Order: sequence, then C-alpha cells, then structure tokens
Amino acid sequence: MSSPQIEIQLIAAVVAVACAIPGVFLVLRKMALISDAISHSILPGIVLGFFITQDLNSPLLILLAAFSGVITVVLVEWIQKTGLVKEDTAIGLVFPALFSIGVIMIAKNANDVHLDVDAVLLGELAFAPFDRLLLWEMDLGPKSLWIMGIILFTTLILFFTFFKELKVSTFDAGLSSALGISPIIMHYGLMSVSSVTVVGAFDAVGAILVVALMIAPAATAYLLTSDLKKLTLLAVAIGVFSAIGGYWMAHWLDASISGSMTTVLGIVFLLVYLFAPRRGLISVLYRQKQQRTEVSLLTFLLHLNNHSEEENERHINHHNEHINWQKVRSKTVLDLALKNNMVSVENSIVSLTIKGKEFTDLALEYIITNKNENIEHMKDDFFLFRG
Amino acid sequence: MTITEYFELVFTDYTLRTITLGTAVLGAISGMLGSFAVLRKQSLLGDAISHAALPGIAIAFLITGTKDTNILMLGALVSGLIGTFWIRGIITKTHLKTDTALGLILSLFFGFGMLLLTFIQKQPNANQAGLDKYLFGQAATLVEKDVILMVIVTAICLFILLLFWKEFKILLFDEDYTRTLGFNTRFIDILITFFIVLAIVLGLQTVGVVLMSALLLAPAAAARQWTNKLSVMVTLAAIFGAFSGVFGTAISASQNNLSTGPVVVLVAAVFVLFSFIFSPERGILFRELRFRKNRRDLQLQKTLQFMYGIAKTHENISHPHAIKILNNFQGFTKKTLQELEEKDWIELNGQQWAMTNEGFTAAENLYNQQVPNV
Amino acid sequence: MEKIAVQIDDLTVAYNYKPVLWDIDLTIPEGVLMAIVGPNGAGKSTLIKAILGIIKPIAGSVTIYGKAYTDQRKLVAYVPQKGSVDWDFPTTALDVVMMGTYGQLGWIRRPGQKEKKASLEALEKVGMLSFKNRQISQLSGGQQQRVFLARALVQNASIYFMDEPFQGVDATTEIAIINILKELRKAGKTVIVVHHDLQTVPEYFDWVTFLNVKKIATGPVKQIFNDDNLTKTYGINYKVAVNK
Repeated sequence: MSSPQIEIQLIAAVVAVACAIPGVFLVLRKMALISDAISHSILPGIVLGFFITQDLNSPLLILLAAFSGVITVVLVEWIQKTGLVKEDTAIGLVFPALFSIGVIMIAKNANDVHLDVDAVLLGELAFAPFDRLLLWEMDLGPKSLWIMGIILFTTLILFFTFFKELKVSTFDAGLSSALGISPIIMHYGLMSVSSVTVVGAFDAVGAILVVALMIAPAATAYLLTSDLKKLTLLAVAIGVFSAIGGYWMAHWLDASISGSMTTVLGIVFLLVYLFAPRRGLISVLYRQKQQRTEVSLLTFLLHLNNHSEEENERHINHHNEHINWQKVRSKTVLDLALKNNMVSVENSIVSLTIKGKEFTDLALEYIITNKNENIEHMKDDFFLFRG
Repeated sequence: MTITEYFELVFTDYTLRTITLGTAVLGAISGMLGSFAVLRKQSLLGDAISHAALPGIAIAFLITGTKDTNILMLGALVSGLIGTFWIRGIITKTHLKTDTALGLILSLFFGFGMLLLTFIQKQPNANQAGLDKYLFGQAATLVEKDVILMVIVTAICLFILLLFWKEFKILLFDEDYTRTLGFNTRFIDILITFFIVLAIVLGLQTVGVVLMSALLLAPAAAARQWTNKLSVMVTLAAIFGAFSGVFGTAISASQNNLSTGPVVVLVAAVFVLFSFIFSPERGILFRELRFRKNRRDLQLQKTLQFMYGIAKTHENISHPHAIKILNNFQGFTKKTLQELEEKDWIELNGQQWAMTNEGFTAAENLYNQQVPNV
Repeated sequence: MEKIAVQIDDLTVAYNYKPVLWDIDLTIPEGVLMAIVGPNGAGKSTLIKAILGIIKPIAGSVTIYGKAYTDQRKLVAYVPQKGSVDWDFPTTALDVVMMGTYGQLGWIRRPGQKEKKASLEALEKVGMLSFKNRQISQLSGGQQQRVFLARALVQNASIYFMDEPFQGVDATTEIAIINILKELRKAGKTVIVVHHDLQTVPEYFDWVTFLNVKKIATGPVKQIFNDDNLTKTYGINYKVAVNK
C-alpha cells in the first residue's frame, strides 16, 4: 500500500464515522430525507463560497454552505407552515430548485470554477491526498483529512456532551421539554451538525452519496439493535467497513470510490435486511407464520371457552365451518392445541383442559387491559411446542 | 442562438420542432401524473424511483451494448419498479420508516448506478460516451422515434385516466370507503403507481434521474393553488408542465454547456413561486391582504364601539369629545379616525370628534351582531 | 322475531398478529339504531371495518341478510371517521356526495343527471344544499360530517355503519344528525354507530353493544344499559349518571 492509498482510506473512514453519528439521529427522528434535501441544496452555497475563496477546503466555504443547508431546513418548514402543499411536497420542491441553481452556476462558469458535475455527484476522493496542508513549509497531511477530522472531533464532543439530551429528545419529545431540554434547540443543533458534516463530506463523496453514508449505516444498524449506544457503535462500524471495503472494490474494478462505498453499504444492508436475526425479512416472515398459527390457536381456544355450554359448536368436524377456516389450517391448529395439552377430545367433542382454560383466561385479561406484550412471555410459559 | 431565435426556428427547423414537441408532451404527462403523486402524499417516492432507475440504464447498456433509448428505458423501468417494491417491502416488513426507506433506496441505487457508470467509462470500447446525459438530461438528444414513443405513452395514459377517472378520484380521496363500494383498490393503486413510474422513466433522457421528480411535483403543486377541482388541477398541471418543458428546453438550447434538467426544474419552480404568492384564493399575498383587512376592520369596529360606549352616556349622541380620551385605547390611530369620518360615522373638528346618527346606528347594529344568535 | 340484518359468527381480527377482536358473536336485528360502546382500543372501529371487509379477519364469518358481504354491498352504506381522509383534497361538497353513487354505477360508468339529482337531495336533507359548491376544506367540522352523512344517504342502503359521526361536531349538527338517523330507523333501516359519549346513549339509541376486545353484552338499551355492563366493559367500577 502506498501512502496516498492509506490516506484515502483514512479520509474515507473519517467521513464515514462523521456521517454515521448524525445519521443515527436523523433515522430515529424520521428525518432521513432532510439529509437528502441538505446535501442537494448546499450546492449553490458551495459554488458561491468557491467564487469568494477559490478553495474548496476553506473553512469559510464550509460555513457558508452549511448555512445554506440550515436555510433549506427553515425554508421547507416555512412552506409546510403555509399549508399550501403537503410536507413531503415542500421538501421535494425546495431542494431540486436549489440544486438546479447550483448546477447552472457551475455550468455557466465552467472555465473559472474547477468544479464539475461529476465531482458534485461523486466527490473526488482519489485526488484528496494531493491537496496538502502546508504550515511553515511543513507537510501536515491532506487538507480534507484535517477538515473532516475537525468536524468529526466536534461531532464527537457534542455527541458525548449531549448524549442524554439527544436520547431523551429523540425518544420522547414531550418528556424532554418537560425536563427543560428545548426540542427546537436540539432540532436545529442536529440540523447544523448535519449540514456541516454534509458540506465537509461533499468534497470527498459528493452530494447524493453522502446521503447513503448518513442513512444506510444507521438504518442497517437499526435492524440489528434498538439500544442507542450499540446502534451508534454498530452504525460507525458498518460505515468504516463499507468505506474501506468500497475503496478496495473500486481499486479492483477501476471505478468510482464513492460509488463502490455506496454499493458495499447496499450489499451490507441487503444482507442484514434479509438475514437479521429478529428484524430481517426471513425471520419476520417466519415469525409471522408462527404468529399466525399461534393467534389461530388463541382464537380456537377462546372459541371453545366461549361455547363451553354448546357442544355442537365444539364438534371436531365442525369447527372449521364455524370459524370459517380451511380444513388444513383447522387440523394444524387442533394438533398444536393437543400437543400443548390445551384441549382434549372426547366423542369428537373438543374441550378445554384445565391448563387450556387457565391460559385462555390469562390471555384475555392481558388483551383487554392492553398488555399485549405479556402474551409473548405467557407463550413461553405455556407452550411446549410452538407454531 | 438566442431564445427569440429559438422560437422563430421552432416552426421551420425539424430538429428543434422534434425537441420542443417532445419536452411539451413530457411536461404534460408529468404534470398530469404528478398531480396524483402529490395528492397521494407520494411526492418523494418519485425522487426515489428516478434515482433508482440509474443502475437499470447502466445494466441494460452492459448487457446489450447498445445505446438504444428504448432498451435503456426498459432497464430503467425494471430497476425503478424493483426500487419501488423494495421500498414497500422495507416499510411493511421492518420497523424502518418511510423516509428512511426512501432515502436508503434512493442513495444506494444511485450509488450503485454511479459505480456502474464509472466502470463503463473505463471500458476500452468507445461506444459508452453519452450515458451520463441520463444524469441531468439532454433534450437535444431527442429524436423523432423518442417523441413518437412519448406521444403514444401519453395517449394511453390519457385514455386510462379518462376511463378510470372516477375510480382514481375516489381512491385518492377515501381509500377505505372505495373498498366498501366494491372497487378493487389494489388494482387502481397499481395502475396509478405504474403510470407514475412510466412517466418518470420517460423523462430520464430529457430531464435526468437527479431532477426528474421535480418536474413531476412542481407543476402539480403550482396547479393546486389555482383551483379546487381535481379535473382543473390535472389540466392546469399538464399545461404548466408543458410550458416548463418548452421554456426550459428553449433556454438550455440557446446557451452552451447547459443541461436541460436544471433549467426545466427552475422554470417549473418559477411557476410554483408565482402560484404560491399570487393565486387569488390560497396565495400568500392575497391571504396576507385579507388578513390585514380583517384586522383593520376589527380595529375600526373596536374604535367605533368604544366611541359608542362614550356617546351612549350623553343625551346628545353627537356631543363632541376630545380625541385625547381615545388615547388609552389600543386599536385607534389617526388613519382609523379618518376612515370613520369617510364613512360619515363621525365628524372630526380640530381636536374633537362627534358621533353622527349613522355611526350610532352602525355601532348599535355591530353590537347586536356580536350577540351570538343561536 | 324480526329479520336479522347482520350476523357475526366467531369473528377474530388481529393487527400485526395481536388480537384486537376476539371471537365475536353478534346478531343485529333489522330496524335498530344501535350504538357500539367501549373504551379506547376496544376494537369498535375494527369491528365495523371487519364487517365491511376493509380488514380481513383471521377467523369467523359475517353475513348481511344471510349472504356474504360481497354479494350485498348495495345494501350497505358506510360513514368513515372524519379524520381518515384528506380534507384538503381538491373537490367540492357535491362531488363528495356524488361518490356515494359510484358503488351502484360500478366500474367506468360516470354519474349522470340522475345521480346528481339524488346527491342534491341528500345534501338538502342534511341542510347543506347551499354549500354544494364549497371546497371541502372550507367547511367546518360539523359541516364535513354532514357531507359524509349525505354521501351515505345517497347510497340508499338498508344498513348504515357510522364510525364516530359525532366526533368534533357542534351541538346543532349532532342534533341534526341524530334526527336523520332516527328517521332512517323509522323507515325500517338499520343504523350502527360507533359512539363515545355514554351520557347520550339512552337518549339517542334503542340498541347497544358493549365491546372490549370480546363482546360483553348486546341488546335493547332499556334492558342492558346498566352499571353492571359498563363496569364489565370499562374495567373500573364505572358509574354513569344515566337518565332513566
């Protein structure tokens, strides 16, 4: 590995971490698309900043562009408040318009600006190591590493300082204002951090891919855990893994680094989406099948309970008619009930056993008092065999 | 070429005529179907679909090696539909929310598409140039065949729209109720979604994957401000869309080095901005004016009532009073006094005012009106 | 014994595999004005939606006058909860009422003069004729509810299902609506209403069903609307000042 290669990977990893942290909160607060809006609408800010500073890595440019990101949020919220269009339409109108302005500004000044549309969409990670920070003739490393490093450092400080506040205001806005944590300050604080991060990362990975780096690690991690600390750590790990993995994939395919990073993120997400232990598609489908049988069993038991006096409702051949089920399903449910010792069959009449009765009464009580979650524990206690 | 030259040439120049017709038709179908997307609160789904179409274009090129628009669009359609169904899968089967699902699919598919595009660019055969026009669109590349396809799709879409107008309308307004009436809501839903995806794909060559969704939304959002009828809204959106397309193309064609997409989107944005401000019923300007007028009327009424309260205590209602005694009352200004005088409700005389008979009756009526009439 | 309008057998409905309605057996005789009462989350709206086939039950069956709902759609009208639709939708009061005729028309056919006349009559019946061309977002909550009622009336059904028609309406509208419902009952129709205000049950309705996940009781208000059933339904020792 050559030294620029190491530096590129280092920058990619730092960008991934810096994006993943605010991304977690954007996903949890259902504001994922705001990052999309910001990443597009900072473009005119960046171009304008570039006209003034002539340096893509100038702090002034980053502040200017981040400011235009915050303006976007304010503008979207203002349009929403007028009630002229729905919320999502407001977002969908604002950022393409601002982005278009940026693209046109670049196109009209193509000769003066060393920015091109490809760089806007993809960033220029491959060239990042060649823009060095020189202080007193000393080479301190790539500029963008410094910029992203500072942004990451600030984000981390804010994250650790306000972890409790972020957690409360994300999960319970009502409680947080009762505790004196202003949801508005948290909201705009998060928006400002996101804006600055997007601007910093823009140079490296481009407008649209920065969205992937923010949303995908957090969303993937969210399929694996709900614990905020684990979620953040996992999101960071997925981000770094995809950044490094993406670099090598790009190296191998001789294609865009940021495109590869996103593709690795996509593959990781797809795998987790399919195979995550509890929330993955396969596990969800399996559980749904199991739950369908279990709910059917509950229904069947309750039916027996409700009609303990009327034998004709409990005839073994008739319950599929009464409950309106297919024969096969009725058979499965009856077998399950028998296996679990919930029912007994005498002269083709199905009756609840004492255990079955106890189970049914308890389940009913839980449902009526809206403590549905207790049923899951109950199933563990009562069921020998599950659906 | 300047814009005026462009429009002079439109009728004589074959290429310009083709391009203009194409963008007009595209704008019309986008506006029409965009109305449905906006009303279904699926504005951002369009954004996700158009981005998700990119890898389809690249893969279609990698497989076939041709740049035939129809084949590339087929690829875009397939990958757009995969994106759409995956979004639905994420929303229904996991606890991730709509916004996360949209953002995920949008950025992941687009990133993958960009990877493929850069991969194609590095390939040795030279045929690959020009795929990047699908990013921001290039109306100039439209040929007659493309326009014919657009016209056919638009005609089919219009036919379906008119045929199932009633069903579309009721589904958009009240889905549960539609089901109780015996309509197959799934079928209507799939029909609408399919045509929205189709319109997006149709626009990729002209407007590009990055900005196509805006051409879907903006004309509809602008049209909504001018009418309270669905049929008028859809028609207006089609007109706005067509104009955005034509003007956008004209401007971008008359400048060097300018993609069509951003210009079309900005023209559409101007329509939106204008509509937001100047629409007579919903617009911000008239709403503000109405609000001010109401407030002024209210102030006027309050002042009149206050005067009425004073005048009532005197035998002669037109007994003059000093203006000074109004000072501790909030709602009063010099302007209100003048307005009251113009209405002949009071007479001003130097530093004094006196109520007229008309003013007294008006105040009395006002007072009666405010007693709630149950 | 009168004819049976709605017959529900062993109906079980689950959302995300959590039961919301459990093994409901319910018989609704023809010509009653019935309230469905129960605490929040008791499954009142769900019951109506399951009867109308909006939600697919996991077990049980529903018949309308002895036949499956899908064969009897034209006998049934539905007034959804007001909050379930987008009131900013670009349409007028008359347009919304006309939607009530769509079911009779079936696919593709458009409403004509006949349907328009029927819709105008329905609007008049609810006292909203002068608002016929008004954009629906410009109507008050009570007026919106009246438009919804008119849309159900124009369906000219035998059985009316209403999901909280008195939610967020003014006193005048509430009286106007209940009078129309009473008229419907007089004309031999069956009206089933999800209701929240226990105080008004004896005054408005003649039949009541207590529901909390399972059916607690059903029958004439005079016989079963008592503290015992209320306590069973609402869990706590529920005492309501019932005007007897």
